[in-house]
Amino acid sequence: MTTDVADPAEAAGIAPAADSGFLQRYGVTIEYILIPGAALLGALGVFGIFVALFGKSPLDLYFYMYQGAFGTWFSWQNTLTRAAPLILTALCTALPAQLGMVIIGGEGALLIGALAATSAALAMPWAPPLVVQIAMVCAGMIGGGLWIMLAGGLRQYRGVNETISSLLLVYIALAILNHLVEGMMRDPASLNKPSTREIGAANMIGSIPGTDVHWGLVFGVMAAVASYILIYHTVFGFAARVAGGNIRAAKIVGLGVSKLILTICFLAGACAGLAGMVEVAAVQGRTNANLAAGYGFTGILVAFLARQNPLAVIPVAILLGGISASGGLLQRRLGLPDASVLVLQGIIFVFVLASDALYGRIGFLKGKS
Amino acid sequence: MIIGETPLPSGALGVDAVAMTMRFGDFTALDNVQLKVRPGSFHALLGENGAGKSTLVKCIMGYYHPTEGDVLVGGREQTIANPKDAHALGLGMVYQHFTLVPAMTVAENLVLARDDVPAVVNWSKEKKELEAFLARMPFKVPLNAKVSDISAGERQKCEILKQLYLKRRFLILDEPTSVLTPGEADEVLGMLRDMVVHGDLTILMITHKFREVMAFADEVTILRRGKLAGNGKVSDLTPDSMARMMIGAEELTVQPARVGQVGAARLELDRLNALDDAGGVAVHNVSLAVRGGEIVGIAGVSGNGQRQLVEVLAGQREAESGEIRVIGDVYHASREEMRRHKMSLLPEEPLKNACVGGMSVADNIAFREFDRAPFASGGWWLNRAAFREDAERKIGLYKIKTRTPDTPISALSGGNVQRAVLARELGGEVEVLIAANPCFGLDFAAVAQIHAEIMAARNRGAAVLLVSEDLDELLELSDRLVVMFHGEFVYEARASEADLTEVGRHMAGH
Repeated sequence: MTTDVADPAEAAGIAPAADSGFLQRYGVTIEYILIPGAALLGALGVFGIFVALFGKSPLDLYFYMYQGAFGTWFSWQNTLTRAAPLILTALCTALPAQLGMVIIGGEGALLIGALAATSAALAMPWAPPLVVQIAMVCAGMIGGGLWIMLAGGLRQYRGVNETISSLLLVYIALAILNHLVEGMMRDPASLNKPSTREIGAANMIGSIPGTDVHWGLVFGVMAAVASYILIYHTVFGFAARVAGGNIRAAKIVGLGVSKLILTICFLAGACAGLAGMVEVAAVQGRTNANLAAGYGFTGILVAFLARQNPLAVIPVAILLGGISASGGLLQRRLGLPDASVLVLQGIIFVFVLASDALYGRIGFLKGKS
Repeated sequence: MIIGETPLPSGALGVDAVAMTMRFGDFTALDNVQLKVRPGSFHALLGENGAGKSTLVKCIMGYYHPTEGDVLVGGREQTIANPKDAHALGLGMVYQHFTLVPAMTVAENLVLARDDVPAVVNWSKEKKELEAFLARMPFKVPLNAKVSDISAGERQKCEILKQLYLKRRFLILDEPTSVLTPGEADEVLGMLRDMVVHGDLTILMITHKFREVMAFADEVTILRRGKLAGNGKVSDLTPDSMARMMIGAEELTVQPARVGQVGAARLELDRLNALDDAGGVAVHNVSLAVRGGEIVGIAGVSGNGQRQLVEVLAGQREAESGEIRVIGDVYHASREEMRRHKMSLLPEEPLKNACVGGMSVADNIAFREFDRAPFASGGWWLNRAAFREDAERKIGLYKIKTRTPDTPISALSGGNVQRAVLARELGGEVEVLIAANPCFGLDFAAVAQIHAEIMAARNRGAAVLLVSEDLDELLELSDRLVVMFHGEFVYEARASEADLTEVGRHMAGH
């Protein structure tokens, strides 16, 4: 029998002792920027090929996209105006994601929010504008909030998958909107495009002084910052992260998961509902089918690109706002169909989803455990 | 070793691992380890969790490619690039967890495991061949029964038969008895031992049960922290000397003596019923009272409703009917109740059941207290400094090995994850403690520490419900022992007077 006993001193520590510095500490953060960034570039590359098939130069494409999105003060304003609702609808996906839920029905909450805000304004023609505007904000947020809370409740109490239900609720919201604007709420004067009556020029929320960008951008940024603080600095956010990270762990420490789910869903829907209110009170002035412009769906893309981080939602929304803002210029200068930016959005979404598989697999960023 | 010896076409196969080193990044999982398994021997591979046992056998089976070192099969150096190569050489492995398809019959499982399953299976021919094969085997299994209908012992036999059916002549068994009753374990290992003695088979068994090593193995190799700590003939060794080689110079926490008075009933279950995920009855009309200052152990083969029972107590599953009372009050596993009654839970697989892997060690330690001062200022704003301070204190107190309090808890080893949960659950006052397999898969040092903490909580007057699949652990810690079978409590005895064969009989449902 042989017995060579290993050195006990060496046996004491299994974990590699030294902190190997920068990559160790920031590896994960770098990854969160690098991978979506690479996915975006990859998507732009593929879109370039797509455009080349139309006989256009991809280099021209990239140049005009930049011009249309960020090239001039005018295009910046156009971009920011489009980014405002995207920030809010992205939060509708990013907030429930903290609880591990995939909600893709921001579009529905936006429509219901718009409808509720319009109804509030039309119900109080006697009130001063500020009161009307506050009532519109509240109505929009409550309407949108209840709408997504419905998806959360269906999941929590009836076991219905929240992704499917929130998506189907979009179509129900659209049907409700059409039903009302073509029936009860229709302005008899709107002939070709059935709409509600106008909320009145005095009740419009207007633009940030010195710009053509409406106040919705400020709402969006405020909502994103508040969401970030809520998730990362408050007791409620901590409980939500526990429940989102591991529902079994949340239950074993007695956290009320149903309450968390319903509250988060309400807040998420309230953000999208606010986007609907902004679209009515700053852009359209009334509710009609024009509101279903896809902001809710692009918001999903924004949230995924931002890795569901409420703060990262802001720059990503601006980026995607820019892409959609450049659509017009691409049409004029390159003769591309207006919808071609939607093709780009689709390609980006596919790349972002596929890039999910790369996390934790990039050799030089691997932290040692 | 004889260079150039050809592997025999049949009969037992010897395997040597020479100077095996396996590095994962900076971490050395195996450091120049030598393993020599003689043909026709029953070899045990002993070591704590993380000692490198799995890494070593995975290198042999071709799942990993060792950084350095060679594998010799039948005395001949072989490059084993993947498990398929290992299978072709006649090496096979039985995993800790079953790999059979539950919805298929035993015969179907056996045939499907072959590499050369024909596109159309001639079942009548296959069945005849299987019956002929089974006639030569020492153990019998019902070929036409569905795997889901047979017992754990029979499933384990199927796993082993599958390997023999595939003509494997060197078998690696990874903790093969962890799902079996002591009686079933002895039966299966005894039969395998007979095959080894007949020279049909060589066995390398990973285990941590000294009893099995002493009763069935010829030789043993012991690893510690990736290094060879010792090897030799079992007949030359004692459980004590093997344990010393496994643990090394490390000092273990001393378990406090059993002291104190048994008090009033703290945790009462009244005709409790619960369903499993599939909707079948998992816990059936269970009633029990656990009093302050006692540990009630619940024994049973895994899958007899213990998990569902603990999940109900932990708030992870709704009870179907019945009542749980804690210190007289009806209990629904809410945060307020857990807090009022000072309840603590140590679930099995803590990373899966009690932690959020992506959150930091400090956050995980604060799960029970984060919504109160000093962690929450004004009841809503998180006070990060308090998190850090508390975590640093508990990391020291409970000897949690982590790089920093901010490291994600999933980066810690199993023992340290359980220590962090221990710090959270037992760091304050405890009146009711529910523990489920709290030491599963942990090393000696962690086990000793956890046992000591559980005993100390009992001595301070806590009512402890300990659910475990490890009978030795239950006998060591419990005051009373209850056996659970098919969702019911079928046997109860004072732990000091419990008869092991009687307990085993009830565990198997006789």
